[in-house]
Amino acid sequence: MSKSGIFTSSLAKKYWMALTGLFLITFLIGHLLGNLQLITKTGEEGRRAFNEYAYFMGHNIFIKILAYATYISILAHACLGLYLAVKNKQARPQKYAHNRPGANSGTASRYMAILGTAILIFICTHMANFWYKQKVAETVPLHYVEVKKVQQGQDPMTGQQITQEYTEIQALTTMGVYFPIGYINPQTHEKEIQIKPEGTKFKDPQSGLVAAEGYKDLHTVVMNFFGQSQQGQPTNQLAVWAVIGYVISMFVLMFHLWHGFVSAFQSLGLNHRKYNKLISVVGKAFAVVVPLLFAIIPVIIYLNR
Amino acid sequence: MASKTININLKIWRQKNANSKGSMETYKLDNVSTDSSFLEMLDQLNEQLVNEHKEPVAFDHDCREGICGMCSLYINGEAHGPDRGVTTCQLHMRKFKDGETIYVEPWRAKAFPVIKDLVVDRSAFDRIQQAGGFVSVNTSGRTIDANTIPVGKAEADKAFEAATCIGCGACVATCKNASAMLFVSAKVSQLALLPQGQVEAKQRVLNMVKQMDEEGFGNCTNTGACEVECPKGISLENIARMNREYLKAIVAAD
Ligand code: HEM
Ligand code: SF4
Ligand code: FES
Repeated sequence: MSKSGIFTSSLAKKYWMALTGLFLITFLIGHLLGNLQLITKTGEEGRRAFNEYAYFMGHNIFIKILAYATYISILAHACLGLYLAVKNKQARPQKYAHNRPGANSGTASRYMAILGTAILIFICTHMANFWYKQKVAETVPLHYVEVKKVQQGQDPMTGQQITQEYTEIQALTTMGVYFPIGYINPQTHEKEIQIKPEGTKFKDPQSGLVAAEGYKDLHTVVMNFFGQSQQGQPTNQLAVWAVIGYVISMFVLMFHLWHGFVSAFQSLGLNHRKYNKLISVVGKAFAVVVPLLFAIIPVIIYLNR
Repeated sequence: MASKTININLKIWRQKNANSKGSMETYKLDNVSTDSSFLEMLDQLNEQLVNEHKEPVAFDHDCREGICGMCSLYINGEAHGPDRGVTTCQLHMRKFKDGETIYVEPWRAKAFPVIKDLVVDRSAFDRIQQAGGFVSVNTSGRTIDANTIPVGKAEADKAFEAATCIGCGACVATCKNASAMLFVSAKVSQLALLPQGQVEAKQRVLNMVKQMDEEGFGNCTNTGACEVECPKGISLENIARMNREYLKAIVAAD
């Protein structure tokens, strides 16, 4: 007898849409909590916390498994969603001359594929701007701090006690300590880096062994991208457009989730008079609050520039 | 109450046969009683067309009292017209204004090809039913009376609600994906809720969904339009139930 596969039937495809969608919803919570550190913590402490967090997200084995599940979910959700959208168009080759879909269904529910495609474009640019820099790029500056130091010594000529002020450059390392790697030349005001990193690794000049690993300064990348100057890195000239694009994308996500959150429960067969109200209220609240919280982060960064 | 008459403009889909290309044609119809039903109005139009020696408009109808599911029509952008909870035969002309232009189109779906004018072939629904929408009872003379099997009131009511589906196809017509989920879920639910139907529940849902997919209906995206336009108020709960039944079946079918 026929036994429809768990991949081939229309219903099974909907289960996968719902499961991947719900997984991405949980991913959003984690991602948001991470991002909120950008505005809840300030100064060197905030920068350090964020860069350490970004490093942790890329190196913890459990997080890595979740990250791969997220990549697969996005790909599967997007491919399957677009495939279904094409199939659904084909199911009505001849359109109505006069149609009033607004009379019986919500707008968001009818534009899921378009909203999803916009989200996909956002995800691609987002990953190019931040994910690529954190995970792949070699040229991203590391987390350096400048520390004022006072050196006491004897003038070799006169034998007098002298104190000299200078600025030391230290790299934050994964051991949690700041590691001196150079100084600022007091005459030229140029940075003199004595221990140059290879990627994120600092090698001992004598032995050639890796002495310490630095953190990529993703915090500065983000701040500069959204218009704040930090660490003398060039700020994004188009920051205002980056902020606007980000905010619009979050509105798109809001509409996608406005229908998607509740819809996923229906797809999985979780429709019960007792719980529908709860699912709907939680779903709509989630759809509004989460994208809004995402969206205020670049706005606040930009306004504090 | 004195009955009123209105004059209307009609834009109706005319198509000679399944293979010809159709188009929207305009007609003017005067003195339509607001007490007449939409189908009676079409009868009046056809009388006028016959008197003018023109081909009358073909449309489906039978009981004309909302129980057979034969009438259809996409009226002014909505299945069974602007009213809720009614079939086209139950739709009254008092829902329209004097001088109004009314669009009348056939159900549009790949799985419901047009036969002529406003008549579409809904045999895809029959084939879905034949794939499993029944209980295989022993008909050799030793069948037992259905009432000897106890059924809870709540379950019986839900099964009955599902069973009120008249198979009109409005759900497909109104769905942006031309999905047949509401119909199929009603037919799955009316049996899955009852002890007589549960024996074959797993295979039934697998077979009916398979047939539904083969007929070329689209995939449900939970817009909820079907529930709003369904003349019998079949609930989306039935779709969720079918999703559960199907999940159970693919996980546990032997
Ligand atoms: C963070 C990103 C995303 C989240 C949290 C998300 C979430 C969801 C959820 C929960 C659903 C409802 C599933 C259901 O009805 O069973 C859904 C549906 C959908 N999503 Fe997404 N989605 C995301 C990104 C995308 C992307 C990138 C696309 C790709 C183009 C996309 C396309 C769709 C489509 C077409 C549907 C409707 C599918 C259907 O109902 O059959 N989504 N999404
Ligand atoms: S579910 Fe409603 S709209 Fe669909 S066929 Fe049955 S009665 Fe008609
Ligand atoms: S003609 Fe029977 S339901 Fe309309």
